[in-house]
Amino acid sequence: MDFNDTKEQAMFRAKVKSWLTANAQAKRQGLMAGTQEDRYQQAVDWYHKRYDAGFSCLTWPKEYGGQGLSQMYQVIWNQEVSHYGEPDEYFVIGIGNCGPALMTFASEEQKQTLLPRMARADDIWCQLFSEPGAGSDVAGLSTKAEKTGDEWKINGQKIWTSGAQYSRYGVILTRTDLEVSKYRGLTMFMIDLKQPGVEVKPIKQIDGGSHFNEVFFNDAVIPDNYRLGKVNEGWGAALMVLMNERLANATAAPDGFEDFLNWAKASDIDGVPASQDPIVRDKLATWYAQHAGVEATTFRMITAVAKGGVPGAEGSLGKLVGASMNQEIANFVIQQLDAGGQLTGDESTPLDGHFQSAMLMAPGIRLAGGTDEIMRNIIAEQVLGLPQEPRADKGIPYKDIPSGNTGA
Amino acid sequence: MNFEFSDDQKLIQDQARQFLAEHSPLTATRGVMDGQTAYDSHLWKSIVDLGWTATAIHEQYGGLGLGSLELCVIAQELGRSLTPIPFFSTIYLAAQIIQQHGNEQQKQRLLPSIAAGETIVCLASSELAGQHLFKAKQTQYSNRRLSGKKIAVLDGVKADYAIVSATDTNKKHSLYLVNLHQADIQRTLTPSIDSSRPLSSIEFINAVAEPLGANDTASAILTEAFDRAAVFTSFEQLGGCEASMQMGINYTKQRFAFGRSVASFQAIKHIFADMYVAIELARSNAYFAAWALSVNDKKLPLAAATARVSAIDAYYFCSKENIEVHGGMGFTWEFDCHLYYKRAQLLSSIIGSSRWWREQLVSRLLDE
Repeated sequence: MDFNDTKEQAMFRAKVKSWLTANAQAKRQGLMAGTQEDRYQQAVDWYHKRYDAGFSCLTWPKEYGGQGLSQMYQVIWNQEVSHYGEPDEYFVIGIGNCGPALMTFASEEQKQTLLPRMARADDIWCQLFSEPGAGSDVAGLSTKAEKTGDEWKINGQKIWTSGAQYSRYGVILTRTDLEVSKYRGLTMFMIDLKQPGVEVKPIKQIDGGSHFNEVFFNDAVIPDNYRLGKVNEGWGAALMVLMNERLANATAAPDGFEDFLNWAKASDIDGVPASQDPIVRDKLATWYAQHAGVEATTFRMITAVAKGGVPGAEGSLGKLVGASMNQEIANFVIQQLDAGGQLTGDESTPLDGHFQSAMLMAPGIRLAGGTDEIMRNIIAEQVLGLPQEPRADKGIPYKDIPSGNTGA
Repeated sequence: MNFEFSDDQKLIQDQARQFLAEHSPLTATRGVMDGQTAYDSHLWKSIVDLGWTATAIHEQYGGLGLGSLELCVIAQELGRSLTPIPFFSTIYLAAQIIQQHGNEQQKQRLLPSIAAGETIVCLASSELAGQHLFKAKQTQYSNRRLSGKKIAVLDGVKADYAIVSATDTNKKHSLYLVNLHQADIQRTLTPSIDSSRPLSSIEFINAVAEPLGANDTASAILTEAFDRAAVFTSFEQLGGCEASMQMGINYTKQRFAFGRSVASFQAIKHIFADMYVAIELARSNAYFAAWALSVNDKKLPLAAATARVSAIDAYYFCSKENIEVHGGMGFTWEFDCHLYYKRAQLLSSIIGSSRWWREQLVSRLLDE
């Protein structure tokens, strides 16, 4: 066991530190600072700056806009940048999910053209998997792709598409065969979203924001050379994308602990420092043990990946633990503030209303990228090898499977 | 970064696991639990022959001079097999305290015979339920003699020596080494939750004692010793967690109800997923603490407390839910579920219980 940098890593860390000192913005307290549009623009600017300095997508090959470095260097970058207030993970869906899909399935020319633009946030990418009738059961999706000549015509609707309103491209999973069982009739493509057959409608969330969208396809067109993988082999390709998502998720999931600790150190409850309150201290112990455990689990995953392993379903753990902790922390702190805790924009609200904001955002984090329940199924079935539930849709042609809301 | 045990350490672990799977069946644990003996002396001799007692003792005192990481992987396997031997008291606690704080004469007298498995040493610090282990209010030391009563002493019944906390005439609180083979000592086996690792009370009636460590350092030495022991214990707990979960999985997979395997029900699978999460968090925290211990990093106190809190919670959870997924059979004496449930209790309290360690964690976190 060894946590020390090698000589090369130490040099890289020093370089990163000095660049960040000169170029990155300090952390601001709270999430409420600025509008969503401001935050988006800040992210685009940051991605440009980061790319131009040679710190983007460190593990990607150089010809695709990366630096050809090992995972450890990305970890060092992440550790150092986490001390600053830059939106370094803002476009993680494109870079974490779509990027690896292109890397595996796109043509050499497409990779050389599209990936550097993705890395620099010249093009924003989104992932078009979920549908109104296919959420946790995403393989039950119905958006159709029909081939005519060298083109595919796309009809249907996607939902919960993060960042679609900013996206030039998306990676889309479609149904190409209704006669076979649901996993067998799927095909994956990339799609140019700036075309007449595509309509993006933001969804207003319970927190008032609109990170997610509905995306409608009416005879949208995809050239066949945008296909990612073979026809009807899209499920395997999608699983590969989701697998890559896990390492990204494991390192990016907010668990709220740092904010809780800052609050506990800085606040009073009825004139007594919160950090001396026995109930607060008990929570600090519970959540720190979980927080530290997730962090150290990430170190173990990184060690495994550095030795040539693949990030496994173990990555579901950080998201499962962190998303709930984030919600519980927000609720706990609000409950220490009496009626004043209900205010979102008052100057007496701690950390600029961070906990109130987190309270409203937290339910979405528990659902996005696989619900808590799906994460538990993945752990139980894929890690622990427990038998699957008997399935009502097994072996039945897709067209005969009931799905979505069927009305009361 | 390399956050993994080395190939050599993994080899030690594999060998330990294989050996214990063969030679430390749960029937041995039950033998002690049923009161036939205080520990399995045959097993003790076997693991001494394998060098486990000598692992972390320096070579100049008859040990193998390996690091603490080797002891961690052995601890995990002893925890998995619930091996009923006085390893915890003698190796994690006593040998470490003597090696760190004993004088040269004490080290030479005791460490070689501990390494050779000939001497068993217990730690006697508890006096009263609810009174912290570091406080020796009733045990008095004066003029090379010690008087008072200690309770819940692990391996106290068979130990050859005890490390005892006591207060002297100047109200200084220190540790003392006591040879238990003398007339002025009464030892009584005390019924306890996990009788596979028996606890006893020890009454010292003007017994001969010698100071261990500097005067007035009992709290400092025990704090440090408990931090170190917490790391090893968290590995024992981790092994117990894994065994509990595996036992539940094996049982529910083969048991059918409502026409299907019990393990296929989501309600059951989610219990196992929660066990897995608890175990992985405990494992990662234990690894981090093991690393901090192995290089004596300044993060050790916080890391040890974190590993301890995680491991206590995980073992309690896994061992209780293992009974739950077994249904009624899990509540029987015949099934082995209760062996883990009881061991989880013992290990949760023997070097300070959850309440104390949670408080330690927070104090250390806020001091950072």
